[in-house]
Amino acid sequence: MTKSDNRPAAAAVSRRISRSKMVRRETIIGWLFILPALLMYATFVLLPLLLSIQYSFFRWNGIGPMIWVGLKNYRTIMEVPDLLGTIFNAFRLVVWFSFIPVGLGLVVASVIHRVATGRFGTVARTVLFLPQVIPLVAAGIIWGWLLALPGLINQVLRAVGLGAITRAWLGDFDWALPAVGLIGIWVLLGFCTVLLSTAITKIDPAFYESARIDGASWFTEFVKITIPLLRHEIGVCLTVTVIAALAAFDIVYVSTAGGPGNSTAVPGIQIYILAFTEQRIGLASALAVMLMVLVLIVILPIQRLSREST
Amino acid sequence: MNKQSVRWLLASLLVLTFLLLPACVAPATTVAPTAAATRVPATAVATTAPPSTVPPETSAATVPNCGTDPVVLNAYFETGFDLPFKLAEEFTKQYPNVTWDIKQDQFTNLINSTPRLLSGDNPPDLIRLPTMVSFAKEGLLKNLDDYATAFGWNDWPVPQLDQNRVAADGTRGSGSLYAMGLNYSLTGVFYNKTLAAQIGMTEPPKTVAEFDDLLAKAKAAGLLPIMQWGSAKSGMGLAFPLQNLMAAYGPVEPINDWIFQKPGATIDTPSNLLAAQHLQQWIENGYFPPDINAIEYTDANARFTQGEGVFIFNGDWENARYDKDMPGNVGFFLFPPAEAGQPPAAMSAPLTFGIAAKAKNADCAAFFLNWVATNEVARQINVTVGGSNPGGPSGLPMPSVPAGSVTNETLAAGIVIGEAGTSMDFIANATSAIFAQGWTPELQKMVGGKQDAAGLLKAVQAEYERELSE
Repeated sequence: MTKSDNRPAAAAVSRRISRSKMVRRETIIGWLFILPALLMYATFVLLPLLLSIQYSFFRWNGIGPMIWVGLKNYRTIMEVPDLLGTIFNAFRLVVWFSFIPVGLGLVVASVIHRVATGRFGTVARTVLFLPQVIPLVAAGIIWGWLLALPGLINQVLRAVGLGAITRAWLGDFDWALPAVGLIGIWVLLGFCTVLLSTAITKIDPAFYESARIDGASWFTEFVKITIPLLRHEIGVCLTVTVIAALAAFDIVYVSTAGGPGNSTAVPGIQIYILAFTEQRIGLASALAVMLMVLVLIVILPIQRLSREST
Repeated sequence: MNKQSVRWLLASLLVLTFLLLPACVAPATTVAPTAAATRVPATAVATTAPPSTVPPETSAATVPNCGTDPVVLNAYFETGFDLPFKLAEEFTKQYPNVTWDIKQDQFTNLINSTPRLLSGDNPPDLIRLPTMVSFAKEGLLKNLDDYATAFGWNDWPVPQLDQNRVAADGTRGSGSLYAMGLNYSLTGVFYNKTLAAQIGMTEPPKTVAEFDDLLAKAKAAGLLPIMQWGSAKSGMGLAFPLQNLMAAYGPVEPINDWIFQKPGATIDTPSNLLAAQHLQQWIENGYFPPDINAIEYTDANARFTQGEGVFIFNGDWENARYDKDMPGNVGFFLFPPAEAGQPPAAMSAPLTFGIAAKAKNADCAAFFLNWVATNEVARQINVTVGGSNPGGPSGLPMPSVPAGSVTNETLAAGIVIGEAGTSMDFIANATSAIFAQGWTPELQKMVGGKQDAAGLLKAVQAEYERELSE
């Protein structure tokens, strides 16, 4: 190490050196720790992402030679109404997958916080969260049975004298999308509720106490305290659920597969059919890239809004 | 963009990728049954003895076979269909040096994975082929012409092989042979005998008009005339009656030309328009279940066997299930022609199996395909388990079927179609996505009152041309 007669000074220098060495060592160790995850992420996320972008400029059936076609795949998407229509359906799903679960989740979280903090609150949260644990494919099949013409939902409707409105919910042109939306609400409500009710507990109770002393109603508390202070969490909920709507695949695939007609066809379904049934990897990749850009366009403003300082 | 928003952008990307990932995994769903085929030997004279159950070592020099050394056949079969498994078992019994490495998958998953299986490091010796034209064109499938010559397949009744031929220009129906059928199944109309008697049906209808009468009587009697499936998950089952009507109103050749992608072929013809209008009339008359757009294939069959629906359009691959679930109560007839005296027509397609171009045991696989059609025990298994015609050279005796089984009726109907030469492939098989992107959504719209007969044919033709233009 450092050779010097001035021992204290030498010690200080050596300490400094070892400290900077230690910092570098820590950095290296840190990188080593994330290396496995980084490798996986690069191999299974970043690489496919870049490949998809590359494929979107080619005509390719997945086996033969790739032919450069420039932006033709993107033009095709803009020109074929069935492909563009899937994007509109995705936006209609946002209402069901995002706005309703987040809105309802807020109300439920706030009610649980106010009236049922004890065991009942835990039970309510658990029940609402359960759909997150059930595999979506299984859930989709069961919902298919429930919503069928001879299914439970129609039986209940008939029992209460509403036989006139019974129908095959997933096979009806006007009702298939809301019915798929209902499954989405069931899945996503629990996620929103749990996230929001956890956040509510972090709000300083003093706010609520002083509001109550001032005679504020539940609704005033909700609008003036809960919502503003949950801004960030609402942003997270919106982000996750909007992505779930725009990139929907599994729920739609197992409940309607896009039917009837194309009334529930979403980009995820079309990407799947184009890539694997039609073997048009280029066109499928182009639609996937467009979907990603679209999701980012929608998500970034939500992020900005929820991040702005209050 | 500040650091924070970059971080959020990355986080969003991450979440997005994970949400998109499931799109790469195909959940198992009910499979749209492809119409299967029947090509029956015109005569069933039992003159030639079926090949013996002993390995034909004497002919080893001339005809490809499995030899005597241990062979492991690498095979991909379709989940849910017992027949290939049973045949493989029997084959090993007769040729103990051959064992099997069988992998299985759902039909829809096979559609997605076949290209990778064929081009991969361990190409299958034998694989259930969902489609074949693109694989043949890419050189992934073994050309079976030499085997056809060696085994004498070319002398078999012509229709057995033509659906598996692909020409150099990618049209099907002629050219080199790229696959063989394990059997050749037949479609038509199954009926519930009790309910049919209730509406006064004493014999199968001879014309479309007579069938119309029966449907009207069933409706008037408060019965569901036709049970059929129509969910996009299974694929639209109304394609069955539609194609039957097409073949009743016009010749089968233009329909086959369209399916085989012959240049200039169109589905939008005057006689097909009549057929589509007739179907639309049936829909408007309420002859199908009101929830048809949400009914899956398996549900339709379950409801039919439970007594809902006088008729169902389906194929003989369901014989075993119908016999089991409604013993003695199920009958079958071919969809009648428009005018009495004309021959009936039917959709029929081989249960197609191919050999990978790079397969290690191609000779043994080809020998197996020949064995299936010619060995007495194999043919018996084929009829008993599969319910369909085993094909093979004309002149082989038809295996026996238990009395009272609906298989007797489908096999007899197959002979009628074979003699008339009026078999068709299925309009859903014209291109790989015409069912998912054309017939299913457009027929669903017709059920929903959002599409008429003329619009249906135009839309499907447009989709067909869009897919072929690629």
